[in-house]
Amino acid sequence: MIETGLDLVAEALACRRGDRLVFAGLSFRLPPGGALLLTGANGSGKTSLLRILATLIMPAGGRLLWGTAPVAAAGADYRRELDFVGHQDGVKPGLTPRETLMFWAALRSIESTRISPLLEAALTAFGLDQIADWPCRWLSAGQRRRLALARLVAAPASIWLLDEPTSALDGESQSRLEHAIAEHRASGGRVVVASHTPIDLAAATALTLDAFAPSSDYAALG
Amino acid sequence: MAAFLGLFRRDLSLALRQGGDTGLVLGFFVLAVVLFPFGVGPEPEMLQRIGAGVIWVAALLAALLSLDRLFEADYQDGELDLLALSSLPLELVVLAKCAAHWVATGLPLTLISPFLALLVDLDAGSIATLFTSLLVGTPALSLIGSVGAALSLGARRQGIVLSLLVLPLYIPPLIFGAGAVEASAAGSGARAYLLILCAVNLAALALCPWASAAALRQALE
Repeated sequence: MIETGLDLVAEALACRRGDRLVFAGLSFRLPPGGALLLTGANGSGKTSLLRILATLIMPAGGRLLWGTAPVAAAGADYRRELDFVGHQDGVKPGLTPRETLMFWAALRSIESTRISPLLEAALTAFGLDQIADWPCRWLSAGQRRRLALARLVAAPASIWLLDEPTSALDGESQSRLEHAIAEHRASGGRVVVASHTPIDLAAATALTLDAFAPSSDYAALG
Repeated sequence: MAAFLGLFRRDLSLALRQGGDTGLVLGFFVLAVVLFPFGVGPEPEMLQRIGAGVIWVAALLAALLSLDRLFEADYQDGELDLLALSSLPLELVVLAKCAAHWVATGLPLTLISPFLALLVDLDAGSIATLFTSLLVGTPALSLIGSVGAALSLGARRQGIVLSLLVLPLYIPPLIFGAGAVEASAAGSGARAYLLILCAVNLAALALCPWASAAALRQALE
């Protein structure tokens, strides 16, 4: 278990993809209840930064700290605090939304007594009740997106990492998402959102990744 | 444990529900064995001699046929990222997926092998040995195959890369699996062969999940 009251701190993070340095010298501090909004041009490293925060890739430089201890030392305990919604939905055409969420709750080791109420809350939060028992192959792109986001509620974790969460969402679904994020933050959770479209995040720290691109002559070399 | 069983159950229901995997694999297995008498002629002596080897080779190829889906679907739709962040270590993710793969392919192959053995005119003792050898040998096929499936993730022409990686590694189970049947037909006892097959299985169980997990981590980069 890691102490949830500490800040998530990035110190001078750098990211390299292949031969290209994507960003360098990136720092931020994310307290409980905080939100970080990542913006920047295509290829500026929004997804890479989220994947670094998710420990899926290693930073090329800099450190990621939980309070004052490196995240790498916390390992599995840190990952347990994460919920990651990538730009792909991870939805299997052969399963129903209910099965998808049940599987996810089992995979996150949610106690069996809590699964059923969390599942209903997740389906309701993203308006999936009506289609909960359809095979996912019948769902539209927006419905799949809502199902991917419903994982956040079905298996709660304190850090939400969202990559373009609003893509394919209609206005109503986006306000459901904004509502879910606001509730999550009110209970001490934190979010990191990468988004091109405007999204309503009260008092979010904005981070424009273009500002951390390495100097242009170096980038041109890469 | 709940997470392990959850993943096992999901993979199994996906394999059975889409009807694809298990049905296709069994169909291929039966057809491949049935084709042989057309090629080599129907003389019972000939078929008896090569029958066990033919069935084992067909089983290898049939298992190989379904391996490219082992991680590929999760890799393509982004669910592999989620599996990497689950409460299960990636090694156990691999083990759960291999177990589901075996129940969906290796086990059905084993169960229908006695009927195919009748087609190639094996005697009752050989059929029993063939059944046992497939039962203890096919888990190794899923485990060894998982390494190839993980290494070839994202490759162009993945199926071919996978075959080139995995087929050479299938030689030990093939030698001892087919050898067991031959030994039992010759009356010299298949016990030693079956024990070595078990050993191959245990070695695969001890090594392959780690190798596959390392390859998956590489694919996630």
